[in-house]
Amino acid sequence: MVQHEQTQIESLPFEPSAEEIKKQKLYRDMGITEEEYTKICGFMERLPNWTEIGIYSVMWSEHCSYKNSKPLLKKFPTSGEHVLQGPGEGAGVIDIGDGQAVVFKIESHNHPSAVEPFQGAATGVGGIIRDVFSMGARPVALLNSLRFGRLESSRVRYLFEQVVAGIAHYGNCMGIPTVGGEVMFDDTYEGNPLVNAMCVGVLKHEELQKGIATGVGNPLIYVGASTGRDGIHGATFASEELNESSEEKRPAVQVGDPFMEKLLLEACLEMVEKEILLGIQDMGAAGLTCSSAEMAAKGNMGLDLDLDRVPQRETGMSPYEIMLSESQERMLVVVEQGREHEVHAICEKWGLQSAVVGQVTEGNRYRISYQGERVADIPVSTLVDDAPVYQRSQKIPDAYHEMQKFDAEADLKDLDPQTWLPRVIASVNMGSKRFVYQQYDHMVRTSTAVRPGSDAAVIVIRDTEKALAMTTDGNSRYVFLDPEQGGRIAVAESARNVVCAGAQPLGITDCLNFGSPEKEEVYWQLAKAIDGMATACRELETPVVGGNVSLYNETKGAPIYPTPVVGMVGLIQKREHITTQAFKADGDEIVLLGETLAELGGSELQLLASGNISGMPPHLDMEKEKAVQQLTLHLIQAGFVRSAHDVAEGGLALALAESCISGGVGAHICMETKLSTTTTLFSESQSRIVITIAKEQMEEVKSIADQYGVPCQAIGKVSDDAYLNIEVNQADVYRFSIQELSRLNEEAIPCAMNQSLTTMN
Amino acid sequence: MRFAVPIFPGSNCDIDCIKAVEDVLGEPVSPVWHQESDLSGYDAVILPGGFSYGDYLRSGALAQFSPIMKGVVKAAQEGKLVIGICNGFQMLLEMGLLPGAMLQNDHLKFRCDIQELTVSLNETPFTSLYEQNESIRIPIAHGQGNYFCDDKTRQELEEHDQIVFRYQGENPNGSTAAIAGICNRERNVLGMMPHPERAIVEWMGSVDGVRLFQSMLKHGEENHGAA
Amino acid sequence: MYKAIIDVTLKQSVLDPQGVAVKGSLHSLGYESVSDVRIGKRMEVILESVTLAEAERDIEEICKKVLSNPVIEDFSYQLEEVA
Repeated sequence: MVQHEQTQIESLPFEPSAEEIKKQKLYRDMGITEEEYTKICGFMERLPNWTEIGIYSVMWSEHCSYKNSKPLLKKFPTSGEHVLQGPGEGAGVIDIGDGQAVVFKIESHNHPSAVEPFQGAATGVGGIIRDVFSMGARPVALLNSLRFGRLESSRVRYLFEQVVAGIAHYGNCMGIPTVGGEVMFDDTYEGNPLVNAMCVGVLKHEELQKGIATGVGNPLIYVGASTGRDGIHGATFASEELNESSEEKRPAVQVGDPFMEKLLLEACLEMVEKEILLGIQDMGAAGLTCSSAEMAAKGNMGLDLDLDRVPQRETGMSPYEIMLSESQERMLVVVEQGREHEVHAICEKWGLQSAVVGQVTEGNRYRISYQGERVADIPVSTLVDDAPVYQRSQKIPDAYHEMQKFDAEADLKDLDPQTWLPRVIASVNMGSKRFVYQQYDHMVRTSTAVRPGSDAAVIVIRDTEKALAMTTDGNSRYVFLDPEQGGRIAVAESARNVVCAGAQPLGITDCLNFGSPEKEEVYWQLAKAIDGMATACRELETPVVGGNVSLYNETKGAPIYPTPVVGMVGLIQKREHITTQAFKADGDEIVLLGETLAELGGSELQLLASGNISGMPPHLDMEKEKAVQQLTLHLIQAGFVRSAHDVAEGGLALALAESCISGGVGAHICMETKLSTTTTLFSESQSRIVITIAKEQMEEVKSIADQYGVPCQAIGKVSDDAYLNIEVNQADVYRFSIQELSRLNEEAIPCAMNQSLTTMN
Repeated sequence: MRFAVPIFPGSNCDIDCIKAVEDVLGEPVSPVWHQESDLSGYDAVILPGGFSYGDYLRSGALAQFSPIMKGVVKAAQEGKLVIGICNGFQMLLEMGLLPGAMLQNDHLKFRCDIQELTVSLNETPFTSLYEQNESIRIPIAHGQGNYFCDDKTRQELEEHDQIVFRYQGENPNGSTAAIAGICNRERNVLGMMPHPERAIVEWMGSVDGVRLFQSMLKHGEENHGAA
Repeated sequence: MYKAIIDVTLKQSVLDPQGVAVKGSLHSLGYESVSDVRIGKRMEVILESVTLAEAERDIEEICKKVLSNPVIEDFSYQLEEVA
């Protein structure tokens, strides 16, 4: 190894000196611990100056380094026959045949959205779109998963309204349809809403790009918006708890410009098409620092950066500020020496700036110059590969053992379904999300075959028979009660949703939203949830190809419910296989696949009836889950299935009601059960799907179900009388007007939003 | 019949319009960059939807200064068919090729849905294959689709039979007289907020946009013998 | 050099839904004295004109042609000399 002369590089006159940083422990304000500081000094063989310590602080933040979650994330299966790119790049990539691949990733923007909901959510969308097109893919769809406190609070209504408007603003302007997602309301998110955005893109194999810097002497080119002081320390901000002073950190929130991003998208894809690029990476979290350091580390190269060439929109920015700025809509590309002009020409066409800001060098030094002076010199691998990794200790929360003993069914099994189905369907969590998705352009690009409101959205791939089904899922109530089961369910349910659309699940991206990992109970939740998710991913053969970890989601010391969100993509082989949840024709047989058990812990009914959740969540048996998914897909592909709907929150009653509402028809249900009627209708047992088939095909379907070992019960028929009639054990009879259920379902969120004014306080 | 689809920075329904012409009509259609100014080689122009120039200042306002608009104005004057869809409609208003202006939706939110429309005028080159007063379903997707004009203009629009489409049922944006689309007096320039290019295949949820494109082709063939 | 500060507002005859919404919110906060809210845009334009007359001529034209839409909007401006 080459020995470098380690001479001190002084801080600039207006910045604290290296000695002051050490003596006054200024690094702690940047989120660096004393141990970490000592480690850094060891790596550098001298004291770091202000710019250098700033660079370490963002590179070693949880957001960039995964230092708290890395040992756990290793448990995820990340490879598979069709995986072209697993975690570690902008987004994961999975082969879908015919030389094409699907690219997708989900990412959180929780903390920025908590302090400035419109811009926080908008830039979250912008960031995830850049992650996808920096892979060389054309983005084809957006999804989002949102969690808020209860809408009774005017602050929550404000956050909800602004987050949705921010997402709409960015996605609509980009011309990428926002086709799906989920919204949930619960006290636990009152002070710390979750905003997770997912983007899906499609590319040809040969277009796949990497975030890598290669070839000594090759230029590093900056493309896109100018650098300002916005968003400095965003990555560190994302890795801290929210507190009273978070509001004061508002300048850390960036402002998004979707118009600029649209131009950047088109310019970058033109560079991809013209095969100009050696490497490309988004300047997202930790801006220029993270993108350039990661590109150099991946290429095993050094890098010389000249900050005087970085386009700036403010004057007098220090190296620290330029390096840490999180100004949006910027990309970093590496091309072969001599091809710079090709990049400049494309940028000029799209009205974008571009500037050579650095050069790939031999060795391992990450060197920065500013006004002709060297202002930083760091061994690049220590920023990326040598970031600290923490094995945190775990502790099972006391409440967990109590929950195990609690009988959730006891208080609920005798509730009257006639009263409770309308209440469940009118709850904001079960209510129609039209209020939200109406604000998103979900049809632009004219490829949306299943619009929001069904189990999964479906996007057709032009010039092929294929289509992609996609969804986001994650029931944090289950995860709170039992992280391992909850983790399994999050993956299994998302897979079930794409199966119901007629797709073979391909893989997932995940966003792990948890509290502080420094709390033993939270770390235990994280570990167990990952165990559960990993198990389900292995069994369902849906590898994790990318994702994001968002820790420190707490307000006033209380962690949120552990909330892993799963983004699943599935492949539909033929357009004729596309299936929706809507009941179709009068007389169709309604068939329940799977088994209903007395599982009401953490259910929607429990929450509404008791105001709380307790007990054990549904149990997920992987064998049963695989069987019901394979059976359903078999039946869809064989042409038996007219509608398919996953039975999830709200149980069978809600699934039936939703299928009736979507189809604008009624149903006559007539079933036998050994459970109480209420338990049968509202249990949230997993691995169940309601399908409809032509009535003369029941025998055939039953025999196929037998081959898969899946319980298959004809429970009634679709009717055209606009009523959902439910008869259980030939005794209990209930009757619901579909029009009335539909009205309750549609009005749930608008009514909650209307209670009074929406203000910022 | 040769179609041109001008592309502005920020257009995002350009490809959809191109695909619609190809899929529905199988006629030649070309994207034309906004820096071009000559559209003489084309028989019809489709100004696509999107957010040209980010909709900054006012939606459609900055696009009117692109060189291509000279070609668009010329095409309109020559009697060629010019249709502006969504952001394209906003451009036509800003340029003054159609009267009125666009305001923010009255409920202040973006609205995307499949909308019921009434074809109020089928005697245009764009709507000849619809029945008069026919109900059709066409997607809408806009935040600024609240068409506004003063009473005098409105009277003129009605007197000269220039209102081509009206929203049915609940007005999705608060537009004057439930206007969803209007044409000029010569009826060769149509502006409409709904997106016919999003209603051309069964799986899109409606196929009611097909006949708009077919009407244009029929007109082209009858008037110019172009094919 | 001159700096023009331009206000663009919706014409009185045009409904301003944003203004109506804000007025509603102010009322429910107890500000009953608020009888009307209109929302507009403020723009700042720097002109390298030599004389005030030149600056006025240009800004008048810019406002009419570009910065406002006369169908729905009114504009007003102030010009001040800047160094």
